[in-house]
Parts: sequence; structure tokens; C-alpha cells
Amino acid sequence: MTAWLVRRVAAAIAIVWAVVTVTFVLVHVAPGTPFLPPAETPVDPAVLERLRSQFGLDRPLSEQYVRYLREIARGNLGESFALHRPVADALAEALPNTLTLAGAALCIEFVLGLALGVYQAARARRFGDVALGNATLFLYSVPTFWLGLLLLVVFGQWLRWFPVGGVVDVVTHESLPWAGRVADRLWHLALPAGTLGLVGAAATARFERAAMLEVLGQDYVRTARAKGLPERRVVLGHALRNALLPFVTLFGLAFPFLLTGAVLVETVFAWPGMGRLAAEAIFRRDYPVVTAAAMLASGMVVLGSLLADLLYAAADPRIRTSAA
Amino acid sequence: MTEPLLRVRDLKTYFVTERGGGTARAVDGVSFDVHPGETLGIVGESGCGKTVTSLSILRLIPEPPGHILSGSLIEFEGRNLLTLRPPELRAIRGNEVAMIFQEPMTSLNPVFTVGDQIAEAAIVHQRLPRKRARARAIEMLRLVGIPDPEERVDHYPHQLSGGMSQRVMIAMALVCHPKLLIADEPTTALDVTIQAQILELLDRLQAELGMAVLLITHDLGIVAGTSDRVVVMYAGQVVETAATPELFAHPLHPYTEGLMAAVPRIDTRVSQVRGRLHTIPGQVPAASAWPAGCRFHPRCPYAWDRCTVEEPPLLDAGRGEPGSHAVRCWLLTEPRRRTRQA
Ligand SMILES: Nc1ncnc2c1ncn2[C@@H]1O[C@H](COP(=O)(O)OP(=O)(O)O)[C@@H](O)[C@H]1O
Ligand SMILES: [Mg+2]
Repeated sequence: MTAWLVRRVAAAIAIVWAVVTVTFVLVHVAPGTPFLPPAETPVDPAVLERLRSQFGLDRPLSEQYVRYLREIARGNLGESFALHRPVADALAEALPNTLTLAGAALCIEFVLGLALGVYQAARARRFGDVALGNATLFLYSVPTFWLGLLLLVVFGQWLRWFPVGGVVDVVTHESLPWAGRVADRLWHLALPAGTLGLVGAAATARFERAAMLEVLGQDYVRTARAKGLPERRVVLGHALRNALLPFVTLFGLAFPFLLTGAVLVETVFAWPGMGRLAAEAIFRRDYPVVTAAAMLASGMVVLGSLLADLLYAAADPRIRTSAA
Repeated sequence: MTEPLLRVRDLKTYFVTERGGGTARAVDGVSFDVHPGETLGIVGESGCGKTVTSLSILRLIPEPPGHILSGSLIEFEGRNLLTLRPPELRAIRGNEVAMIFQEPMTSLNPVFTVGDQIAEAAIVHQRLPRKRARARAIEMLRLVGIPDPEERVDHYPHQLSGGMSQRVMIAMALVCHPKLLIADEPTTALDVTIQAQILELLDRLQAELGMAVLLITHDLGIVAGTSDRVVVMYAGQVVETAATPELFAHPLHPYTEGLMAAVPRIDTRVSQVRGRLHTIPGQVPAASAWPAGCRFHPRCPYAWDRCTVEEPPLLDAGRGEPGSHAVRCWLLTEPRRRTRQA
């Protein structure tokens, strides 16, 4: 178990390092340069040159790379070109917003997706299952940003049930009491998290329906019925426990999708998170921010899959008892 | 004779297969009785409808694609199980009628401990508190001959061998002391030495607990040593039924004859088995395509033209009490044809 964990952590570090390296090379060789103001404003080439040397961009790429690695090994993520502040500060500000969004979306995805999948499997091929199957297929196939825009227009603009963007109401938020501030945050969270969560829930429901159907056909489910257990106990006790095992692996797979989805949703809903930060940094060729964001994202993904494997081992007695 | 514990009358269980195949008449008009405390053996080759019969009794047939036709009767202690509402049916399942299956390894839930799975029926049916249910599970494990029951109770199914798993299944089935145990090929998946142990265990438990057993097997040899009466099934029907000694002394249906010829005798040496062991030519057809006339006629050495067009009813063999030995074969009306063997 310990050896396994050591191997996994080593692999995780190697993956993050590879991602950092590839990102580093890509942003530097990609066309375009940092520090370029809008095209119409004239720029003094001398100023540009001074900025480039100030940030070391005039050095050979290999030298920049070695220096960058040395700096991040020391915990220094560098200075943003465009934001005029340390990259770490910008990330620290954006990360909680993304984690809130992703966490809320994950809750919606799992709770709703599991409930739908289990319900559909228990009613397989009947009306409710078929109707929900079409609905989830639709949600599963539309682009995330399209769904975001749809919800934004319908619930934000027409019905005005939810705000159209931002994390809080910038005008009133500070003056609200404690409970009001929480409500304000949730109210702003609803549409972006709903968008991301619905897309994930559709995928989860389809996956879990298949997993449940497979399990419901197993001999031990028949044994449970033969014992005289109520159907609820058969489905939620005996079947679901088994159908949750592959689902735990899905959790590890869902995480990267959630992060890429967050980039789109954050852009649609003006949500100041990692995704938006990274997207803007790419447009501005803000190298340190792009690389740091990629490093953080890949770190979270490998951590997520590591967590999923640990969860799986804990949930499946066949693995748990053989490892012990 | 006593009132039967279980009465099955004209049981028909069909499967509607989606992809063209038509209706599979897996069980097609089966009748038999199980009396309190006795062992009834149901014998037949694979595909004859034994499992579907046993699952139908507790209404464990997956619907769809399966359904039990109206007109069928499954009566347990005077109550028709086919018309019971779900809660009433559940009160019988695992409590008064319990079941064990052919594949013990896959019939146990991999994510629950052996103890939890045994205790569950006691908790649900007898409302035992957890602690007492656990003690009962340990007691059951001891009863079925599992060593170190206090330790085994916390084990998971994957930690058990096939024979141990079947013992656990038996412990689970008997935890509420059912009046009837349905055992569907309980030893088919096990090694020969383990088979004998499990059959012995079932025999001992039946004597101790006084339950009736419906023992389903494809092996007449197993039936010989355990059953009081035998029902021989072929192609979804009962083709012969008699008390065990009577059946072995006077098998009347050509199918029963064929099965008997296929049973290796204790005194046959292994080298002889291959040469002498007789198997019935051909195989059981698909349940969606039973032959017309007598369903056994394509494989029957005595079949004549009547057998190919007219389906024989179950006829009384006229031996012993009326109805005690019945055979579904036209030979009963024309016994002279039996000698003219092909
Ligand atoms: N779920 C099902 N769907 C369709 N056909 C089935 C199903 N279960 C059993 N059958 C058919 O019913 C017939 C009898 O099967 P079964 O009772 O399992 O035979 P046995 O137990 O005697 O070997 C077989 O032809 C089988 O194909
Ligand atoms: Mg069978």
C-alpha cells in the first residue's frame, strides 16, 4: 500500500512536471508577444525591449526554462506581465471562486446524476426512463457554453430570477448581514454551477443507469429478492452499493472535465475564477500566469484521480482486504 | 396423506424474446406437490425449465421478458402466491420459503460481509436487533459446518471457496427456519468431493429442522440418494413422476430410461465409463421451438407416427396408488412397441 502510494505520488509529480514543461514551451513558441497594447496605440520599440529584458525574455529559452523551474521549486511562481502583481496572488484570488463553482457543480452532478441514473435503471425502458434518457442525451450533447448562454438568457435576462454574472452583488453585498451574504453568494452561484452541474449530471446519469442495470441483473440481486427484502432495500442497499464502485472511478475522470467546463462557464457568467484568469492570460501572452494555471490544474487532476483510486480501494472489500 | 405444503398446478412461464425468436415456453403446464418434510427431486437436462420453475414459485422471474400465465396456480399452505400483493409475498420469501442457487460465488453480494448477509433476513423478517442477528449468523455458520464462525462472520465472499460459499448460502437461506427450501442445482458448480459434503449437510439440516426440500438437479444419481419422490422434466413439461424407489425400479418414460443409462454406476470403473455410459442422442431444443406431438419424439428410440403429431397427456401408469406414478408417453397405451426398439 505504501509502496503503491509512493509510486503514485512520484507519477503525479512527473505528470505535473511534464505539463509545466509542455505549457512553457508552447506559450513561448506560439506566435505573439507579451506587453502588446491594442493595435491602434503606437508603441515605442525601446520600451518593449526594456520590458523584455526586465522579465528575462531576451535570454535563450533553455536558460529561461531552467530559471523558471528553479523559481517554482522555491515556491515562487513569478510576476504577472499584465496584472502587475505576483502570479501567486492572482491565483489565490481566483482559485477559491473556481473551487466553489466546481464543488457546487460536483454536488449537483453527483446527487442529481446518481438519483436520475438509479431511478432510470429501476424503471428501465418504461416511460420515465425513456423521457429522462432523451433529456440527458440532449444535455450531454449540447456544448456547455451554449447551455450556459441559454440559462443566462432565460433565467437571467427574461425571468430575472438570477443575476447574469459575478460572484456577489457588488453594490449591496457588504451591507448584508451574514446570512444574507451567504444567500447572495448562492444566488450568484446558481446559474454557473447549474450549467456545469447539469452537463455533468447528464453524463453521470447515463453512466450510472448502465452500471445499475448491469448490477440489477447479477445473481446476488436475485438472492436479495429471494430473501424477502423490500425493493427499496434491494435497489438502494444491495445494487447501488455495487454500482457505486465504478462510479468512484468516474469521479476521477469527471474532475478534468469539470475544470475545462469551468473555463467556459466562467467566461459566460463573468465568474472571476481560474478559467477566466487562464483564458485572459493566454490572450495577453501572460506566460507566467498561463504556466502556473496549467500547473495548478494538472495538479488538481492528478490529485483527483489519486483520491478516486484511494476511495475505490476503501469502498471495495475485494481490494481493501487484500491490501491490508 | 397430509395436505401438501406446496401445490403447483398447470404452471406456465413464458418469455417473450424481443429479437424475433418468438415466445419461449420455458415452463409449459407443470404440476406437482411438495409435502411437509419431504424431499422432492426435479430432474432434467439443462434447458428443460427447472430453474424457471423454481424461480416462478417465489415469483423471481424477471418481468419482462418473462411472465407467468393466468391459470397457473402456486399454492403455499393454501395461499396462492401468484395473487399475493408484494408485501405479503415478501413475508414468505426467505422466511417460509427460501432458496439457494447454482452459483454460490456470484449469488453472494461482494460488498457485504457474510455475517451481514446472513443476518439480514432475520432482521427483516423477525425484527431481530443487530446484535442478536449477528449472534444468530454465527450460530448459523456453526450449524452449516464452517470452522471459526466467530471469525468467518466478518469475512467477505471473495475470501471463501465455492463449497464455503454454498454453506454460507445455506446458512442464509435457513436463518428464518423456512418450511420449504428450494435448492436449484446446489452442487453443480462444486467439486465432486464438496458435492457429497453439501448434499450430506442438506440431508442433516432437513432432518434437524424438519423442512421440506425441493431439490433440482440434472443428475439422477443425486436424486437417488436424497429424494422421496421424483419429477422428471423435459421441454418445459413433467414427463414422469413417481416415488424414488418406484422410478428407479420401473422407469417408464424413454427419457427417464435415457437419463438412467447416463448415470455412472458406483461399480463402473472409470475406464469403462467412456465406453458404456450411454447418453441420449441429440439435445434439448430451444424453448421457443418445442417439437410438435410428443416433445421428446425426435430423440426417442421408440417413436412412431402417432408421437410426431399427437401430444400425450400425463397418463397414470396403473402402479400403486392412482396418480402416484404418471408418465407422459403413448407407450403406456401400446406397451408392445417398447420391445420393437430401433
Ligand atoms: N430470462 C430469460 N429469457 C428468455 N428465455 C429464458 C430466460 N430464462 C430462461 N429462458 C429459457 O427457458 C428455458 C429453460 O431454462 P431453465 O429453466 O434455465 O432450464 P434448466 O434450469 O432446466 O437448465 C431455456 O430454453 C432458456 O433459454
Ligand atoms: Mg438451471
